[in-house]
Amino acid sequence: MLEFARWKYILVSVVLLVALLFALPNVFGDDTALQIARKDRAVPAASELEQVEQVLKAHGVTYKRAYLDGANMMIRFADDAEQRKARDVVRDEKNGLTQQYVNAMMYASRAPSFLQALHLRAMPLGLDLRGGLYLLYQVDVDGAVDKLLQSYDQDIRRGLRADNITFNDISSLTVESNIPNGLRVQLPAGADTGAVRATLRRVIPDIACRDANVSGGAAVDCVLTPTQVTERRNFAITQNITTLRNRVNELGVSEPIVQRQGLDRIAVQLPGVQNSAEVKDKLGKVATLEFRLVDPRPIPASGRAPVGAKIYKRRLTGEPVMLKREVIATGDQLINATSSVGQQGPEVQITLNSAAGDEMLRTTRANVGKPMGTVFIEQRTEIVEINGEKTTRTIKDEQVINTATIQGVFGSRFQTTGLSSVEAQELAQLLRGGALSAPISIANEYVIGPTLGKENIRMGVTALVVGMIALFIFMIIYYQVFGIVADLVLLANVVLLTALLSMIGTALSLPGIAGIILTVGMAVDANVLIYERIREELRNGVSPQAAIRAGFDKAFSAILDSNITTLIAGVVLWVFGTGAIRGFAVVLSLGILTSMFTALLGSRALLTLMYGGKRKPTRLAIG
Amino acid sequence: MEFFHKKTNFPFMATRRVWYTLSTVLMVVCFVSFAMRGLNFAIDFTGGIGIEASLGKPADIEQIRSAVIGAGYHEPLVTTLTTTRDVQIRLQATGENEKTEVLRPKFETLLKSVDPGAQITKLEVVGPQVGDELRNAAMVSLAMTLALIGLYIFFRFHTWRLSMGAILAVMHDPILVLGVFSITKTPFDLPVVAAVLAVIGYSLNDTVIVFDRIRENFEKNRRLPPEQTLDNAINQTLSRTIMTKVVTSIVVVTLLLLGGPALRGFSEALLIGIIAGTYSSIWISSAIALSCGLKAEHVFPPVHKDPIDELP
Repeated sequence: MLEFARWKYILVSVVLLVALLFALPNVFGDDTALQIARKDRAVPAASELEQVEQVLKAHGVTYKRAYLDGANMMIRFADDAEQRKARDVVRDEKNGLTQQYVNAMMYASRAPSFLQALHLRAMPLGLDLRGGLYLLYQVDVDGAVDKLLQSYDQDIRRGLRADNITFNDISSLTVESNIPNGLRVQLPAGADTGAVRATLRRVIPDIACRDANVSGGAAVDCVLTPTQVTERRNFAITQNITTLRNRVNELGVSEPIVQRQGLDRIAVQLPGVQNSAEVKDKLGKVATLEFRLVDPRPIPASGRAPVGAKIYKRRLTGEPVMLKREVIATGDQLINATSSVGQQGPEVQITLNSAAGDEMLRTTRANVGKPMGTVFIEQRTEIVEINGEKTTRTIKDEQVINTATIQGVFGSRFQTTGLSSVEAQELAQLLRGGALSAPISIANEYVIGPTLGKENIRMGVTALVVGMIALFIFMIIYYQVFGIVADLVLLANVVLLTALLSMIGTALSLPGIAGIILTVGMAVDANVLIYERIREELRNGVSPQAAIRAGFDKAFSAILDSNITTLIAGVVLWVFGTGAIRGFAVVLSLGILTSMFTALLGSRALLTLMYGGKRKPTRLAIG
Repeated sequence: MEFFHKKTNFPFMATRRVWYTLSTVLMVVCFVSFAMRGLNFAIDFTGGIGIEASLGKPADIEQIRSAVIGAGYHEPLVTTLTTTRDVQIRLQATGENEKTEVLRPKFETLLKSVDPGAQITKLEVVGPQVGDELRNAAMVSLAMTLALIGLYIFFRFHTWRLSMGAILAVMHDPILVLGVFSITKTPFDLPVVAAVLAVIGYSLNDTVIVFDRIRENFEKNRRLPPEQTLDNAINQTLSRTIMTKVVTSIVVVTLLLLGGPALRGFSEALLIGIIAGTYSSIWISSAIALSCGLKAEHVFPPVHKDPIDELP
């Protein structure tokens, strides 16, 4: 009699039932849909849904279903062309829906509501299966370090001035590094460097500062440690990811993916997007504001700014304006920005965080009646070739958009003017999305048309189905009843793998489907090992039950070994691979685990049920 | 049904010189091809522009080629994909700011001038830096996989003679795959790297199974000459070695036939790897162990006895 512990039966059945549930949403597929919500997040009334439906009908948009889902109005379409058409209708200001509502394109699962209530989701599809735009951004992490140094530069200037310490200038410094990583405070000869260091300890406590030997004067050097540089670079990436995510969300694209790739890259995947120009422009823009006091000194004829000042050009007219070096507040310190039209034309209403608000309050209190300038900074990166080497160059465009006299004391809430209405809207949107803490440039990009995506998924699924059917038939012919067992186990394996992939939510790509197909092949492999061993035992005259037991026991080490080596390859691929290749590695590695589970436990459970009874079988239907 | 009904008794060891010669010749051919022809790296690794388009009528490759050259691109590679109506164009980037939004309308007009029904289905721009990095990452992962599997083999088998056989077999298979890719100039892209790594992991399977059986046979009968023991082990596992590869090949062949152009290289690499792996585990790995002087005493019988053996 064959034995198989009862808990193992229970384990196998429970795992399979749960897997079936998790894999289920994949069966139903999804609709393209448009989600419309009120800007005030209130639950829309049924009449509002009717109004939306009427607008859509009036513009000849056909949809499958429109309904209220919590605070959202959902409209489902038969294909993505209708979805895009509907989006354009809803976004058209003429149709009167833009003021009150926001909308987003999405994929809505066709799975029954009880599955959705359990938050069970189908595997998202990768770009190669859905069509869309892929952008790989290179983040200028060194630029982020430079920006940090600039802010320290300002803190130092402000601190030294507050302590009434005279200094000549502050310059950047490169110490044992390939990028500037420190600042040098240049002091007049015989200055009290001890007092300077005390001030520095107060204003920039994180950085170690030491006296430096310079001819004809004194100086104090403050240098970032390598760890601080690394931290800053990492911060730049994570902050840029957040910003890109915010900007991507403003696009209203279905299922976008923004993720870090390697040390200094960010991958953005936008399913369904085809017009790359508009999107790239919106995502890659580095624009922010800076508020500085106007320097009252006359602008030198040489065009070189005196110490403590910086010369800008005025927007539109191009005439020079000289502002003080200290920044009162910058765009990254802001909480909210909205655009509106005020008495002086379009304006951006700005709300600062409390630190910047305090600084603004302090400055305005001390400077009522003096002019303040608003600087609009836009950055873009270009790849240029210098001596055959390709390098990225950041072009920074700084313009003064307005100078206005400080009429009264204000703090964290105020408005700025001097832009056109479109510019004011864009600036408010950019400021809301957050600033990119380091400039980015595109390192790799591709657009896949929706037809190619559909073609890819069709071919992948066909290959999977045909391959499995061929395998099923082969196994049944070659191993008869045991072949049927192997086929059932194989199905269980695919269900289990699908469930795991849906659970972790990695996007399924074409290499991923290839991974599933390969896993199917390799899962049968384990069954073949067991069955061939059983046949061999039978040939040696062993009784059927003993042959089954020997088959499983003796094949175990071979199955384990062969799977471990493939798992090694899978893990290496996961570590070094990116994007779709990583997807393949995940499928391959998980597939090895599920196939071991199903071949060793699942098929043994079935065979024990069939042949393990007290009435010993005289022969096995193993072909 | 059973293909291997009778016990086979092929003299694998006696003919090993033949297989050594065959493998050596194959390896030399592969390396000569690497040196002379190199690998046909896809834009994943070289950087550049890749365009795929579907046409209204069967493609006139020459006409498209000359149109692309006319637009100022050097040495464009124009090939058809699954059908003659699907073309792929590969280019080296010429300007500084080759972007999809510039290239798309440019090539759309260009292709439409050749064939009014043309439509761009995929457009890819890979920066040269990314290409270099991916190539490095691919090399590192190949080396890492080989090193880790080598380490595994080293601990897995109790004698260096078996380890040597397994390691040489594991090196043998990916070299053969890359060699075929080099000789046939098949585009070498990222999925192919994934396939080659999977081949390295997978090709060891049969070798491990044969080696397991060698150990078992030495244990049962230590007096038999090693040559006979090895032959027996390979013959006993022959049906398993071939059947496991047959089932995997069934799905890989479907993938090759139905998976479309994007997975062509991937499935080709897998198929070549599976064939090479079967060959090397039957004819090469055990033979090398024997040539290294493998004897029963090198494979010390494990202390424990399998419980099955004690059954009546």
